[in-house]
Amino acid sequence: MYLTKEEEKILDGEKGEVMQRMFRLLVRLGEIYGADKMIPVKSVQVAGVSYKSIEDPGTEFLEDIASKGAKVKVLTYLNPAGMDLEDWEKLGFPKDFAKKQLRIMDAFKRMGIIVTATCTPYLAGNLPRFREHIAWSESSAISFANSVIGARTNREGGPSALAAALCGVTPNYGLHLWEKRQPSVKVNVSANLKFCSDFGALGYYVGKQIKNKIPYFTGIKDADTDQLKALGAAMAASGAVALYHVEGLTPEADLVEKKNLETISVGEKEIKEAYNKLNTGKKPDIVILGCPHASLREISLLAEKLEGKRLKKPVWICTSRMVKEVADRMGYNEIIAKAGGSIVADTCMVVSPIEDMGYKTTGVNSGKAANYLPGFCKQEVVFANIDDLVEGQL
Amino acid sequence: MKGRTISPGKVEGEAIVSKEPLGFYGGINIKTGIVIEKGHPLEGKSVKNKILVFPCGKGSTVGSYVIYGLKKNNVAPAGIINKETETIVATGVILAGIPCVDKIDIEKIKTGDRVKLDADNATVEIK
Repeated sequence: MYLTKEEEKILDGEKGEVMQRMFRLLVRLGEIYGADKMIPVKSVQVAGVSYKSIEDPGTEFLEDIASKGAKVKVLTYLNPAGMDLEDWEKLGFPKDFAKKQLRIMDAFKRMGIIVTATCTPYLAGNLPRFREHIAWSESSAISFANSVIGARTNREGGPSALAAALCGVTPNYGLHLWEKRQPSVKVNVSANLKFCSDFGALGYYVGKQIKNKIPYFTGIKDADTDQLKALGAAMAASGAVALYHVEGLTPEADLVEKKNLETISVGEKEIKEAYNKLNTGKKPDIVILGCPHASLREISLLAEKLEGKRLKKPVWICTSRMVKEVADRMGYNEIIAKAGGSIVADTCMVVSPIEDMGYKTTGVNSGKAANYLPGFCKQEVVFANIDDLVEGQL
Repeated sequence: MKGRTISPGKVEGEAIVSKEPLGFYGGINIKTGIVIEKGHPLEGKSVKNKILVFPCGKGSTVGSYVIYGLKKNNVAPAGIINKETETIVATGVILAGIPCVDKIDIEKIKTGDRVKLDADNATVEIK
């Protein structure tokens, strides 16, 4: 792998021990995957933020880097934390957990990272352009950036994305190369998809089938960015899909080679099968929407459904701090709060300790959340569309 | 069998094999090393000190930290063998210093086999 003189110096330790260690990781990855050189990145998304995910070993790893004065070189955003960073006490997050979470946020801030805490950085000010090289972790955001925006990133692990942020480069391999962005399987969709949860069910089913391949979808007539975000998130959770193309909808779909692909078909039967598989519970104690983080459109939809109503059991909708600010200005927060629900910022149901907050069954409209909650939060799951979920809590 | 070095080191141990991809985040408990993903073929089994064999990683990008944490908590697998190691697992094993080799025909390895993994030379031997 070709390294510039400057890069050789980092590797030799001239820029300090942290930079050497981080750059060595990038070089090692580049060597494994056959990169010819390093390429500059313009945007980074770092995963591994919740204390619940990284615990003490991860916290100490980050504090060590921060204490040595390392600073990021490019716009870097963070994944959700384990709690709402402002309203954690009111929402009932445990105090000792909060203390540890705030230590992690402090370490990131000292590195010059924007302490945003969202899995939808593209909705909150970290928006790459078509064909821009970036280094993102957060499987759902990677999928969105590659597929819907047409930016270029590999599936970075939390630490490799952090290394790219500190060094400002990433090894040039995999999805940074046009020839590696070609589809390897065609997915014919004949099912009628209406709700985000339908797209989540489709994503869950396809991810299971194709694992880490690149699918080319046909038959999806229309989908907004909320629905595409639901599709990509579920595919990245049940499989390792980092890029998908949708005929007529995503920017590279017309440009890629799609002849002679093996084909799988998804009809109503397969979608129903996915719903059945993801449903492990009966009646939710809590409904949590916003996985990945809700857009303003999704929040306004919930506000519309809750206006003048009274919830018997809690409904949360998770989002970024930025989107919550606007929702507040629009009065959506007030409507949702009056009904007994909450807009929760900076965190989500997967990375927050909901199992320690007395909840046993969670209702979700996200294929990704439904995939993770049983294992990671010991939750029974009710996976359904937003209408049925909200109706059930009234 | 000869493969590709992901992370160097030599180790010998008992194999635990999954034919399904494995996600570390939400898949393995960081404190105990026990597989927790519902319905996964290895659910309820411990990976501690084993040679963990699976085709490829899946799921969350936080997996690298889980691998690193498993090592710090002394419940990590002794080594990892994959068909195809992707970046998330690679980052984790490099940081944690867990020997790892990929491009191996993992169909030939069965749970319980005594396996010698020489990641320095990218070789795998079933004893």
